[in-house]
Amino acid sequence: MSVRLDDTTAARVSTAIDQERFRQGSSAVGRVLTLVIVADEASQADALRAAAEAAREHPSRILVTIPRPGRGPARLDAEVSVGGADGLGEVAELRLRGPLAHHAASVVLPLLVPDAPVVVWWPTHAPDVPSEDPVGRLAQRRITDAGEGTRPLKELDTRRHGYHAGDTDLAWTRLTPWRALLASALDQPTDTITGASVSFQRHNPSGVLLAAWLQRGLGVPVATHTSRGPGITSVAIHTEHGDILVNRPDGRVARMTRPGYPEREAPLKRRSIESLIAEELRRLDPDEVYGETLTELPRVHGFVAAPAVRRAGTFRQPDDSHDGTDDSAGADERGADAAARRTTRTTASAAAKKAPAKKAATTSPATKKQPAKKATATKTAARKAAR
Amino acid sequence: MRVVTPTEGANPLRDPRDRRLPRIAGPCSLVMFGVTGDLARKKLMPAVYDLANRGLLPPGFALVGFARRDWVDQDFAQIVHDSVREHARTEFREDTWNELCKGIRFVAGDINDDAAFDQLAQTVMDLDRVRGTRGNHAFYLSIPPRFFAPVVQQLKRSGLSASGDGAWRRVVIEKPFGHDLESARELNETIGEVFPSGSVFRIDHYLGKETVQNLLALRFANTMFEPIWNANYVDHVQITMAEDIGIGGRAGYYDGIGAARDVIQNHLLQLLALTAMEEPLSFRANDVRIEKEKVLAALTLPDDLDMHTARGQYSAGWQGGEPVIGYLEETGISPTSTTETFAAIRLGVDTRRWAGVPFYLRTGKRLGRRVTELAIVFKRAPHLPFSATDTEELGQNAFVVRIQPDEGVTMRFGSKVPGTQMEVRDVNMDFAYGDSFTESSPEAYERLILDVLLGDPPLFPRHEEVELGWKILDPILEHWAENGTPEQYESGTWGPRSSHEMIWRDGRSWRRP
Repeated sequence: MSVRLDDTTAARVSTAIDQERFRQGSSAVGRVLTLVIVADEASQADALRAAAEAAREHPSRILVTIPRPGRGPARLDAEVSVGGADGLGEVAELRLRGPLAHHAASVVLPLLVPDAPVVVWWPTHAPDVPSEDPVGRLAQRRITDAGEGTRPLKELDTRRHGYHAGDTDLAWTRLTPWRALLASALDQPTDTITGASVSFQRHNPSGVLLAAWLQRGLGVPVATHTSRGPGITSVAIHTEHGDILVNRPDGRVARMTRPGYPEREAPLKRRSIESLIAEELRRLDPDEVYGETLTELPRVHGFVAAPAVRRAGTFRQPDDSHDGTDDSAGADERGADAAARRTTRTTASAAAKKAPAKKAATTSPATKKQPAKKATATKTAARKAAR
Repeated sequence: MRVVTPTEGANPLRDPRDRRLPRIAGPCSLVMFGVTGDLARKKLMPAVYDLANRGLLPPGFALVGFARRDWVDQDFAQIVHDSVREHARTEFREDTWNELCKGIRFVAGDINDDAAFDQLAQTVMDLDRVRGTRGNHAFYLSIPPRFFAPVVQQLKRSGLSASGDGAWRRVVIEKPFGHDLESARELNETIGEVFPSGSVFRIDHYLGKETVQNLLALRFANTMFEPIWNANYVDHVQITMAEDIGIGGRAGYYDGIGAARDVIQNHLLQLLALTAMEEPLSFRANDVRIEKEKVLAALTLPDDLDMHTARGQYSAGWQGGEPVIGYLEETGISPTSTTETFAAIRLGVDTRRWAGVPFYLRTGKRLGRRVTELAIVFKRAPHLPFSATDTEELGQNAFVVRIQPDEGVTMRFGSKVPGTQMEVRDVNMDFAYGDSFTESSPEAYERLILDVLLGDPPLFPRHEEVELGWKILDPILEHWAENGTPEQYESGTWGPRSSHEMIWRDGRSWRRP
């Protein structure tokens, strides 16, 4: 059952929600959060469906704001439904016309569930700095999706510059099953790790993030390769006695090989947007690991970061022509940085213990270039091994 | 509620702040005995599939069935397939199934058949080679308890119980853990001879339920409940587990066991322990167990067991719109059986926190509806500045944890009825968990099976707890056995008259859950 309110106000929308709840006798159902979706007409229906599905797990009030800037006068059109066939939550679709399109927060603020967490999700276009956006400011959790942009890697770089605690991106959420599988592989006794590589579809932001996460966690350089996809197709962790290799050529089932084990398979299906959103709503505290992984991005092989001051700067995608043997300044910097971090990271001590750069990095800044070359050499060897 | 294993710190990809990453079991297999039983088909096999579907089983996981059936691997796979199709919680995915299917094995044989167990040992060894299970195997005994001993002995004889270096063998057993203190000790000794106590997992599926775990969160993560969680404010506690069904086809299991042994000894005493225990040092298995044991050891029985316990047997009647037969008319039940299908008891907890607060426990079959709940009923306000007629409809405040179905929490308190008159009446305030059909609200068995494979024991009762439970229950059972027969109660009602009288005697009454 839905109620249409044309040319209305936030207060009337709020009353309509309360009346609907009362009419349904569902006033006792707790709502654990408010989910604000900022979408355009093209994306709102899919986003709403995903959110309603996620609301089964997290009873929510869902506010879909659809800015419709134009010449006409400022006007709010709303459609309210509670406990409808499309989900269990309360849904208000809010069309903001004319100049009101630029003042969404004024409509959203009175409609937030009192004292409950607020999550904002931009299914397609997100502001450069989500936490400074008027609607984003209301939320403790801000969900973007770099994969939906026209230039995903540039988008990801924008996320990096604009990151504040509480930001998260579905490109990162998509990685959870991959990360879980790789982390569980290292729960087993593992030889010293010497390197790693990740292969993924061109422009895939999740692939770059995975490389960053591995590089940061393992403290070894991670090579990246372009593949035909879909998404991420393989990850190799090089150890002294052979590779831990996970191949997923079809986006569905992963094959895992490692020394001392037979080849094994595990379902590793690309996930629906519903399950991504449900995962996002499960924890509302800042995802520090995501934040730290973003800071690793500039050191990821093939990822060319735009300088902080020029958000719309040039940007180079990883591609096939990048042969990985170049000894460019970028690669040096990567190695040196990785070496410097290794000395401070205790959690990665197992990997760092025998890492070639450690000894040099602890001596003096003047010898900083030395470990870098070693690291690059390791990386080159790693890439050769991966081929 | 997780135990941090030392290996976790050494894994460079694990970060304690990274709460997204689930723990995936290491390489292993699950060997199931009793694969033709109801529990295996309706709960265990679907739970294994759901775990696989959620990506929580290791690559190369294997499921081995053992039963007295003339089957080969494919036949067993078909059985698993059908049960998954019918009962799994998550959607059916070909990819998940194909992968799981590759690890399915079946060994045909009898429990006394040495050759069959030798073959099982061979199968398990093959799995280590073909599927990379690395010598890690869990044995799930979904079989009547009288077969526990022979199976465990066979596991020992065939070398299956011995784990190699860095590998583990675990055994999982289901209630009842014996039928009295002595048999429970015997059972423990039998299993203890073969498996060290850390490798024995006793499944009480209630402890895997979200609400039961939430009870600990409610109590120890909040400030508003704990100050009143004691004898100063609490009048009494009621713990109810009611079923609307009869014994169904379980005559062989149920007759001679009865409601008290089947439910009170494990589920209800565990719920009582979690409700009454002091704050544990941490949620590590050992710390929680210490607190639970303290409560169980502090339990006291009423002096006059006739006055403060009750038991009954369901008679024919109407249950939820259908005519049903009485217990004594069920197939396989002797018409002179004295097994109780309803049991209610009053217990005290001799601690400073709970002195003088009675805990009423009741369970039964063919009651009004299926419900499990735990109700803390508070004392009345010491003074009511209203006229007596204003508060005529005001009961006692209550805090109710609903465990099944409809998991959630209810608070009951007085509120003014709208109007010009001052009239106060009880109202409910509900908190409900979201519906339980998304991926993330796992079935209790999923959680427990995963915990077995991870070797994470906080949710499993230890044999000390089991024995303390029997110590409390044995005198009641002996008393009942010596004194008469259970009172008949009409199916579809809330138990025998004696159950109501037992609580009325104390000036209280049962909640209608």
